[in-house]
Amino acid sequence: MTTPPAGEMPIASNDDVVRIRRTVRTAASAAGLSLVDQTKIVTAASELARNTLVHGGGGSARVEEATDAQGRAGLRIVFTDEGPGIADKEQAMTDGWSTGEGLGLGLSGARRLADEFELESRPGEGTRVVLVKWIR
Amino acid sequence: MSGETGENPIPDLLHSRRDSVLDRWVELVNEGIRGRITEREVRTELTELYGLVERTLADGDGTAGGELRAALGEISRNRARRGFSPTETAISVFSLKRAVREQFEALGQGGVFAEFGVFSDYVEDLGLETFEAYAAAREQVIADQAEQLLELSTPVVKLWDGILGVPLVGTLDSARTQVVMETMLQMLADTSSQFAVIDITGVAAVDTEVAQHLLKTVMAARLMGAECVISGIRPQIAHTIATLGIEFGDIVTKATLADALAYALEGSGLRVLSRTDA
Amino acid sequence: MERVPILKLGRFLLVSIQIDLEDRTVLTLQEELAEEIVRTGARGVIIDISAVDIVDSFIGRTFSTIASMSRLMDATTVVVGMRPAVAITLVELGLSLDGVRTALDLDQGMRLLEASLDGR
Repeated sequence: MTTPPAGEMPIASNDDVVRIRRTVRTAASAAGLSLVDQTKIVTAASELARNTLVHGGGGSARVEEATDAQGRAGLRIVFTDEGPGIADKEQAMTDGWSTGEGLGLGLSGARRLADEFELESRPGEGTRVVLVKWIR
Repeated sequence: MSGETGENPIPDLLHSRRDSVLDRWVELVNEGIRGRITEREVRTELTELYGLVERTLADGDGTAGGELRAALGEISRNRARRGFSPTETAISVFSLKRAVREQFEALGQGGVFAEFGVFSDYVEDLGLETFEAYAAAREQVIADQAEQLLELSTPVVKLWDGILGVPLVGTLDSARTQVVMETMLQMLADTSSQFAVIDITGVAAVDTEVAQHLLKTVMAARLMGAECVISGIRPQIAHTIATLGIEFGDIVTKATLADALAYALEGSGLRVLSRTDA
Repeated sequence: MERVPILKLGRFLLVSIQIDLEDRTVLTLQEELAEEIVRTGARGVIIDISAVDIVDSFIGRTFSTIASMSRLMDATTVVVGMRPAVAITLVELGLSLDGVRTALDLDQGMRLLEASLDGR
């Protein structure tokens, strides 16, 4: 069983987005997620990594194993950026809403693909998104 | 202590020191249970067992023995259902030995029992090991069989070249429906089949979650380039789906598997002719 | 940055994606396809994604854009070989790939294009 990377992964370029996809894929597989669940969480991570890059002005991601109270294993991914933040979270989570190149499905899509989803953001205070996917 | 030494002092002790032994037994067992069963229930259980043990040791004609085994079986099943491990249940029974031994020690007749007691405990542990291993093995067999049953009951079959059939039978739960649907999509890809007929004639009821899974699967198949037809929708199910407000949109549905097959054959550019047709 | 090769297959163009798609690769592909359609007069575009394990909203939208753009130039686009896990994820994501025809494999994709050219 491989140990997922501790520490933050930078999101500053397109290459980083690809790198994060690969890392999440490896970690999801190591955590024991099914193929479909792996695909879902990697896709969700791709959406959020791109958001962080395009709308957050760059940031970082952390991929780690998770365990719940019942001992069930899973994967947790945290995206952070120091960007402009989101003023209206409700609106941002509405399908199809977009400021520019499509924040549209990113947040709401990622939420549907993950089992747990947390969004913390305030204008001028950056954004933090947490995704968790459990083994079914 | 009244009665003879030499023959079998134990039944006598069980009788003469009943309260002390029983109380101590109940105390020891409650320690292990840690509140998962009420004290009163434990006492009732053990009192019954105690009486049966006494009778079995006394008459030894089999009747009491049978009742004792039945009572033990009942307790064992009960505990299993409540999540106790087999070791825990066994230890509850074994504690009677300790309660008895302590009484002998209190009477100053510890001597022999002390050494034998240590050995006895050790042998117990060995017994418990095999016991635990057996139980674990049985659990695994059950789990394996359950999985096999799940696989068998979710087949995806080939109805014709390019036409798959998915006959769903019985009670559908969310997990099972997802497994079947994923299997079907994979088979569509593997066989490059353009049609899948999902027949739900044998499905008793459909709830929102299951209906959603079906819908999503049909959409996924469409995205891949294949088409799904749902057949065998009985009036009750049609009613449920309509009431739940689930939109089946432009998904093709047919009353019978036969109709669905005909539809898929036509869609595949095939026509069925009787041998006597010119 | 790796580029996706565009092959000519009779009246059609074939794009077989074998690499990790990053945003720039996808955008470049879009531009190059437009140029190639014009240059060759191709009437159809086949995008083979049987080796692709992730299609996110950006890539999905790009496929839709490619389809619209091709249609304007009188070419039909078909995406073939979508993996089940990808399809399931796209449905959950809520992406419908508007305007994009799909087929299970290259063979069926070609037949679809031939049929559309025959006006069927």
